[in-house]
Amino acid sequence: MSRLEATFAALRARGQKALVAYLCVGDPDVATSIELACVAAEAGADVLELGVPFSDPTADGPAIARASERALAHGASLARTIEAARAVRARSDVPIVLFGYYNPILVRGEARVVAEAQAAGIDALLVVDLPPEEGAELRAAARAAGIDVVALLTPTSGPERVRRAASGASGFVYYVSVAGVTGAADTGALALAAEQAAAVRAATGLPVVVGFGIDGPAKARVAAGLESAGEGADGVVVGTALVRAIEDAPDDDARRAAVGTRIAALRAALDAPHS
Amino acid sequence: MCRLLREKGPAFVGETAVTPADAARHPARSPPARFCYKPRVATPPTSGAFGPYGGRFVAETLVPALDELSAALDGIVATPAFQRELDGWLADYVGRPTPLGDASRFARTVDPTGEALGALWLKREDLCHTGAHKINNALGQVLLATKMGKRRIIAETGAGQHGVATATAAALFGLSCDVYMGAVDVARQAPNVARMELLGARVIPVETGSRTLKDAMNEALRDWVTHVDGTYYCVGSAAGPHPYPTLVAQLQRVIGVEARAQSLARGGLPDAVVACIGGGSNAIGMFGAFLGDEAVALYGVEAAGDGVDTPRHAATLTRGRVGVLHGSKSYVLCDDDGQIAEAHSISAGLDYPGVGPQHAWLKDTGRATYLVATDAEALAAVRAVARTEGILIALETAHAFARVGDVARLEAARRGRPVTVALCVSGRGDKDLSTLLAEEPHHVAS
Ligand SMILES: Cc1ncc(COP(=O)(O)O)c(C=O)c1O
Repeated sequence: MSRLEATFAALRARGQKALVAYLCVGDPDVATSIELACVAAEAGADVLELGVPFSDPTADGPAIARASERALAHGASLARTIEAARAVRARSDVPIVLFGYYNPILVRGEARVVAEAQAAGIDALLVVDLPPEEGAELRAAARAAGIDVVALLTPTSGPERVRRAASGASGFVYYVSVAGVTGAADTGALALAAEQAAAVRAATGLPVVVGFGIDGPAKARVAAGLESAGEGADGVVVGTALVRAIEDAPDDDARRAAVGTRIAALRAALDAPHS
Repeated sequence: MCRLLREKGPAFVGETAVTPADAARHPARSPPARFCYKPRVATPPTSGAFGPYGGRFVAETLVPALDELSAALDGIVATPAFQRELDGWLADYVGRPTPLGDASRFARTVDPTGEALGALWLKREDLCHTGAHKINNALGQVLLATKMGKRRIIAETGAGQHGVATATAAALFGLSCDVYMGAVDVARQAPNVARMELLGARVIPVETGSRTLKDAMNEALRDWVTHVDGTYYCVGSAAGPHPYPTLVAQLQRVIGVEARAQSLARGGLPDAVVACIGGGSNAIGMFGAFLGDEAVALYGVEAAGDGVDTPRHAATLTRGRVGVLHGSKSYVLCDDDGQIAEAHSISAGLDYPGVGPQHAWLKDTGRATYLVATDAEALAAVRAVARTEGILIALETAHAFARVGDVARLEAARRGRPVTVALCVSGRGDKDLSTLLAEEPHHVAS
């Protein structure tokens, strides 16, 4: 059983929701990102998404785009993100998703990236601009290496898209709460996303996490379905809120504290009983 | 000409390629044969692939919108009713057909003896309403948007020509229009910013990345993903995710269709066709009708900026590598880590680190040849064309003029006789006055 499968199975057995934490690797620098990833895991994140900075992050809102720009200015890259994953893996068993855009992977070489990811202990790839129709070579290489390729679904995805995504996906499904870029979603959208997530789980048989716009405990509970009658999502992703906290903190101690307290608060909110 | 265009039927069909035998029947100076529009047998790719290039590398959110657009290509654009309506606008509003003129004085400056460049024909897209070929595409797409029930248009622009064209079409059809433009381009193409605003569009300066065309396209994509329901994204070049490269090529195809018919009316097909390459829309529009004419050589000219051996250029096909940018696989300028490079060209419309996927395929298959021209060569060409032909061309177009002599020498050597070259004058240069004044104040003033 893969690390991701084991994690979701264990959470499900305990009746817990998954907390997925996104960090942009290299913001403020790669060494600090490794620290912050470990802090997040220790504070209660069940899965880490290590973001590969990209020059043209068209699916991201201003906060993550700025983080990406800072990271690149400080020498971050796909190779260094994979190295960061290896360093995290040496210290933790937390499942790691390499999260990024397609061009860096294509240019480095799809088979090579998969091999490097496997060696670094990365569990899954999530490529934002690679819909299921594209990237057959990458998918085949990943499958052969036992690395999951996470599918994205959105409010614009009809039943046909859900079926198509399901056929090639493994690990879990990332349900994007809004038609938009990372950063903002209102409570209404997150409540709808929680319902949709349950439907997608039924259709795909995979755990479904909801992301985009979850900025704190209240929205995390709504997105997880803990504030409504249905089953809700299997977990939630927090990204922009962490990236902003890292951006706003004056130094590395403050960054560690900010990530630690935010993750702990989200963990507590997700573990509090269904209302 | 317009009658011919209106009779051509579905846009996807196009006309038959002239076979080598046909070409032999119309040698360069033979008497004009009646131009005859025949339906093409093979349809363009619907998979979005030009060989290994093209595709849809976008966030999942946009896939249904691209499916909707693909369906509209078949269900709306391809219908005779849409084509008739579009052809009417092209004739009565844009001013088509544009002339195919002679540039004999300029030709003598690049080839004084005429041994290589027998004749230079100019396809005058600069005479289109709004001053560039961009209106062919913008008008077609905005018309399509009205048929799709969209009320809001967004666009990216570099030189501002596509932004002006889109703002114009949006005004014509009463739609709201937001145009994303890199802050660097807002500064260097100020007259076009003012024009867009006069036309009722909102110009949104983009302050991220290199603050040029690529970043404007990033912002437009972010806007579209956020407002995908009621918004139509009017892409300005033959780039972007499928079906945009196909749609834009179809809407620009009129350039080459007219030029080909006009060439035949003048006595025969040209030996070579030349166009500048930004994203590649005027070039693919000019090339399209000649693709099947094997005797006609196709040349694209990219921006070499300070030179292709410096980091400051926009010669994507010449110096790029295979990658993915703005939703399609093509050549891109990027580093070993896949980070997209900041392109450079004095012409905002060519200042782009990507290129349309069909050009990548035309390059790989050898059907088209891609050359480069530097900033300095483009500036010199603007001056030379102005003084010999009385035409103030756009800095983008100037790159094509800068290589006409080389194209003629290559083709004349190959054919053992002087050749006829047809060049796409993609746009006029009024928008570039401030750049020209800043670069060469004494020349412009003298
Ligand atoms: C006059 C003119 N020519 C050429 C271009 C380059 O675009 P494309 O390669 O799509 O024709 C532009 C773009 O703004 C332009 O304004």
